[in-house]
Amino acid sequence: MEITDKKVSLAKMPDGHEGAGFFATKLDDAVGLARKNSIWPLPFATSCCGIEFMATMGAHYDLARYGSERLSFSPRQADLLMVMGTISKKMAPIVRQVYEQMAEPKWVLSMGACASSGGIFDTYSVLQGIDRIIPVDVYIPGCPPRPEQVIDGVLKIHELVQNESSRRRYSEDYKSLMESYGFESGK
Amino acid sequence: MENELNKKVLEELIKVFSDDIKSAEESYGMLSVTVSKNKIYAIIKFLKENSETNFNFLTDLTGIHLPENKEDLGVIYHLHNFYKNHRIRLKIFFSTQDSYVDSIVDLYSGANWMERETFDFFGIHFKGHPNLTRILNMEDMLIHPLRKEFPLEDQSRKDKNDAMFGR
Repeated sequence: MEITDKKVSLAKMPDGHEGAGFFATKLDDAVGLARKNSIWPLPFATSCCGIEFMATMGAHYDLARYGSERLSFSPRQADLLMVMGTISKKMAPIVRQVYEQMAEPKWVLSMGACASSGGIFDTYSVLQGIDRIIPVDVYIPGCPPRPEQVIDGVLKIHELVQNESSRRRYSEDYKSLMESYGFESGK
Repeated sequence: MENELNKKVLEELIKVFSDDIKSAEESYGMLSVTVSKNKIYAIIKFLKENSETNFNFLTDLTGIHLPENKEDLGVIYHLHNFYKNHRIRLKIFFSTQDSYVDSIVDLYSGANWMERETFDFFGIHFKGHPNLTRILNMEDMLIHPLRKEFPLEDQSRKDKNDAMFGR
């Protein structure tokens, strides 16, 4: 086998002061870097978007490259709620409960037309977008989106995770957002 | 009637329920009988227990809404005789104001969920059903969505207008 000299790309170092044996940076940046590269997603997959997500997790597209190797099927250890597929009105309270059970900090990714807006299911039984019940950070368009788009969405989440204040949940904006959805805001 | 079995079943029915049979037809080899609503329980019980007919299985039970008719609501029963592999279709029609039908759960346990579904979507009440509550839609839904007077689309959307989306 031919050995090629490929460079390994490491996570970009945040701004800071470097010297012999030390590196000083802001705590927010260090925490953001750590969180960004170890997001545990909770896949809430109900239909064909879930199938595309399986491809995204598979060897070819390999979401594990971005630190999301480990899916969390318990909301209590999850960082990112990925809602993928049609959510019926009857299922809405369950999505809400899953979101409520997740520990802060938490993010939500809405994948596909159905989760984002109800999609083609403009009907009495389907929730017209999950942002009616929980706050959403990133929307992925498509019906269903390709795995590349899912990866793009996850990278958008990475940007948020890295750049948000690690104390986001204490901000007035965040508290009022949570209260507008009827969730108790953390004290 | 081309089919001998169909002919025989219809004869058996007419012997006992001649006044309650409104019409009968054979389409694609399957017997369809429209009967009066008040006798549906007795007729299904007869078809199940009579050794000549012996319809031992309830394939399906569903509702229909035809708003242009005076008797606009209907219930359709599909029965199956496993011994002879023979099927029959029964229909009853009645008006929305009079939407109370005898439950057949004590004849076929499988009717339990089917009657709940029919109640959920058409608002047809089955008398004697052990638990006539919604089964598929949300409990707090106010409408019976497959009745034609209720719109199909979600009414909470503000961003879609009828001209653009054909609603």
